[in-house]
Amino acid sequence: MKIRLRGGRLIDPAAGTDAIADLWIDGDRIAGVGRKPNGFGAPAREIDARERVVCPGFIEIGARLREPGAEHKASIASELVAAAAGGFTTVCCTPDTSPVIDTPAVVELINQRARGVRGARVRALGALTHGLGGEVLAEMHALKAIGCVGVTNAGRAIRDTNVLKNALAYASTLGLTVFLDAEDPWLGAQGVMHEGARSTRTGLPGIPGAAELIGLARDLVLVAETGARAHFRTLSCAGSVKYIRDARKAGLAVSADVGIAHLHLTDADVAAHDAACHVRPPLRDTRDRDALRRALARGHLDMLSAHHEPHDADAKAAPFAASAAGISGLDSFLPLMLELVEAGAIELGRAIAACALAPARLLGLESGTLAVGAVADVTVFDPRHDWTLDATTMRSRGHNSPYFGQRLRGRVTQTLVGGRLVHDLDG
Amino acid sequence: MLNCSGPIPCDSSFAPPEPDSSRNRCRPPVHGVGETLFPDHPETSPGRAHTPLMHTDIQLDERGQLRHFLSIERLPRELLVAILDNAERFTVVGERAVKKVPLARGKTVVNLFFEPSTRTRTTFELAAKRLSADVMNLNIEASATRKGESLADTLRTLEAMNTDMFVVRHQDSGAPEFIARQVAPEVSVINAGDGRHAHPTQAMLDMFTIRRHKPAFETLTVAIVGDIAHSRVARSEIHALKTLGVPEVRVVGPKTLLPVGLEALGVSVHHDLDEGIAGADVIIMLRLQQERMQSALLPSGHEYFHTYGLTPARLKRAARDAIVMHPGPINRGVEIDSAVADGSQSVILQQVTHGIAVRMAVMSMVLGSHASGS
Amino acid sequence: MSDTTQHADLDVEALIEEIATRLARHIESHGLKDPALIGIRTGGVWLAARLRERLGIDTPMGELNIAFYRDDFSRIGMHPTVEPSALPFDIDGRDLVLVDDILYTGRTIRAAMNEIFDYGRPRTITLVVLVDRSGRELPIDANIYGARITLAPDEHVKLLGPDPLRLEFCATRT
Repeated sequence: MKIRLRGGRLIDPAAGTDAIADLWIDGDRIAGVGRKPNGFGAPAREIDARERVVCPGFIEIGARLREPGAEHKASIASELVAAAAGGFTTVCCTPDTSPVIDTPAVVELINQRARGVRGARVRALGALTHGLGGEVLAEMHALKAIGCVGVTNAGRAIRDTNVLKNALAYASTLGLTVFLDAEDPWLGAQGVMHEGARSTRTGLPGIPGAAELIGLARDLVLVAETGARAHFRTLSCAGSVKYIRDARKAGLAVSADVGIAHLHLTDADVAAHDAACHVRPPLRDTRDRDALRRALARGHLDMLSAHHEPHDADAKAAPFAASAAGISGLDSFLPLMLELVEAGAIELGRAIAACALAPARLLGLESGTLAVGAVADVTVFDPRHDWTLDATTMRSRGHNSPYFGQRLRGRVTQTLVGGRLVHDLDG
Repeated sequence: MLNCSGPIPCDSSFAPPEPDSSRNRCRPPVHGVGETLFPDHPETSPGRAHTPLMHTDIQLDERGQLRHFLSIERLPRELLVAILDNAERFTVVGERAVKKVPLARGKTVVNLFFEPSTRTRTTFELAAKRLSADVMNLNIEASATRKGESLADTLRTLEAMNTDMFVVRHQDSGAPEFIARQVAPEVSVINAGDGRHAHPTQAMLDMFTIRRHKPAFETLTVAIVGDIAHSRVARSEIHALKTLGVPEVRVVGPKTLLPVGLEALGVSVHHDLDEGIAGADVIIMLRLQQERMQSALLPSGHEYFHTYGLTPARLKRAARDAIVMHPGPINRGVEIDSAVADGSQSVILQQVTHGIAVRMAVMSMVLGSHASGS
Repeated sequence: MSDTTQHADLDVEALIEEIATRLARHIESHGLKDPALIGIRTGGVWLAARLRERLGIDTPMGELNIAFYRDDFSRIGMHPTVEPSALPFDIDGRDLVLVDDILYTGRTIRAAMNEIFDYGRPRTITLVVLVDRSGRELPIDANIYGARITLAPDEHVKLLGPDPLRLEFCATRT
């Protein structure tokens, strides 16, 4: 279908574009920016994007979609629809499902469940070790062949350093990116919140920042040793930024993301034992949060993630330590991102680069840009739309958000995946 | 052409903002070139301060009365003094032929213990009975309710029995507050100890005991010795002592038993026992659990006694009329010498006696807060 | 003493003198042995102290704070703290003289008797009040009173003291 997105503020970090212009889409590709391309003809559909921002679709690089295995929390279909409503055009799902994504059959199952869903695309991250057990390597070649965009142990610790070293080396042989969760398995093993004066007050067992730094240091040494390409998921500590910078200066192929919640909330929000703020890695202190904001703004951290982890209501209806960790992050992602922009913490273009362009490059996708010829994965949002996140507006099946019931500003109005309109607030 | 070629550098067309700008939440929006494209409409813009949950203290009602008793933290000094004053009146009741008053007649109190405790449960039970309430004890195995679902279900079942008050002990910090947020508005919750978080009635009975011996809180030096890290009693005591105006609260112990950031609670941290108790008017010794040795926090009970055990010789360093307290049960020869525990400066048994009156005071104040209005 | 006094000119000292005389006569005529006075806080305590002095009673005086026995706890809640009850003598088998300033609904006296019985079993209780006002809700009557007055439900009388003791009248009428 031929579509004209009319009069929007086009932001394309790949080209450094930020201007009011039309966007022309033909089939699944972007056909033109600004003036109507020669021979385009009459668009079959015109979308009024005036007073709105048009940008490449967001890419979530590590969501828990809960299917197969935990369909009482969420399903692939429900979350892909929620993703599209939140402006995401691609969602990478983690392999900690049941069964684990360590065979091509599970990837096929996921692809099949996603087929026909009017929502974002799904791309699977395969398991790094068999059953995520941390002992035997997963059949990574088969996983790559079926379309996995990376491999990860999804937060399950690989205690045996030798196994991790071999896993990195093997993945590197295949050219697969390894997604790592930096956390020492012993420090803060019983912990549920950031260790500091606030955990002392709440009496909740703490996870020291040292747990992340030690995990990160160990993993980086092995990345250097094996030449693997590694992406660190949702870093939470100020100190981690320096480790990543130093690794890059040393020439390692390393990238990292930060969860949007970690740029807004701190351990102070856990003060009343609020299970909605139970997340792993834990919300750390203001100093960490501010350092992460700066690091993202300056590009020392590459990507911004929704760190989407939907849960059923019962999983959070428990005392803090007994509640499940995780925040359902897709629906509130854009307003929280825009609040950072409004607070002057980050430029809008840089923020869009962090959640669209950078992940597209990491995953090797042909989206993440509005360049002519690119895949037409496009998000249109109204930065001034005020709305309330509640049971009627929240599309994710998991309502576990600290922002549930609150007024938010900024809302996605249209999402196009491969030139197909999958979300339309006006329609 | 796009390819995966290493980390993404910061795009030069998007200049980073000034350092530390994220702290300034009131700055006007920075939209670069787009700034003038979408002028803000102030009349339609809501407050942007969408913080998570408003953390209001659910312990107090709109008249400032105690609706639940969950933690000492944030309670006003006058309220703590009122608890102590009320407890004074209830001690008289315990000395009579009939040790019972009809204040809570017809009320149903459920002792909901997810963690075994004979001492605390018995004093709560006795306190409720002396207020003429009907008491039911429910000891729920921790393993059966590890999942939050069953805790919520348990509550629904008990609420259906028209319970007026839950006395809750739970291994998870914050569980009593979780329960207080779940129950119907006419139901009260009293925290009988949660995780490492709080044990407010124990702290108040200790304050009561201190006041009986040293009425002027404003002049005291109090030392709390031992395993602060795992102690809900210590946390509640620190809050109570600070709220009641004690100028010097010291905590004493090895680094492995002191949680990080203790200074933020307004206490001074000491690692040497002699230095920590020097001149102290009140010394509170904490119980040392056997598990601490197994989790590599301490080498042995023997070594602990040698370094942090309170002996008659060491007690001489404190003020001459210092009192020695212990929330019990005591490990003789580990944290305290028998000669001190049974000595003239020990008020450990008085603490137990006072426990009933203090719990009667708290229970009656909480039940009274549900009065329809004066 | 008259049954319905014009209350504006009630003289507290004269009333105390009157009830002291009648109480002495009552103790004698009823054969009360070594009676103990119990004042209900706070006005009753002031009066009991005066009567004890006036009658030369050696037994220490008891004081009752009936807050724990009030029947309106579930409506009003805990009362602000005052001194606790103290009965520094053996109650069992003793003749008691319960003293209060104003007898109104009778609920305070019921609460006081309930509390007394939680201390033991007295042989007799004699009730002495300064003012017996109208508005009784329970079948309770004073053995001895200084004055008996009729007040509307929205009119109140209260004893102020301790030195000097005087009665204050007020109305909540709007």
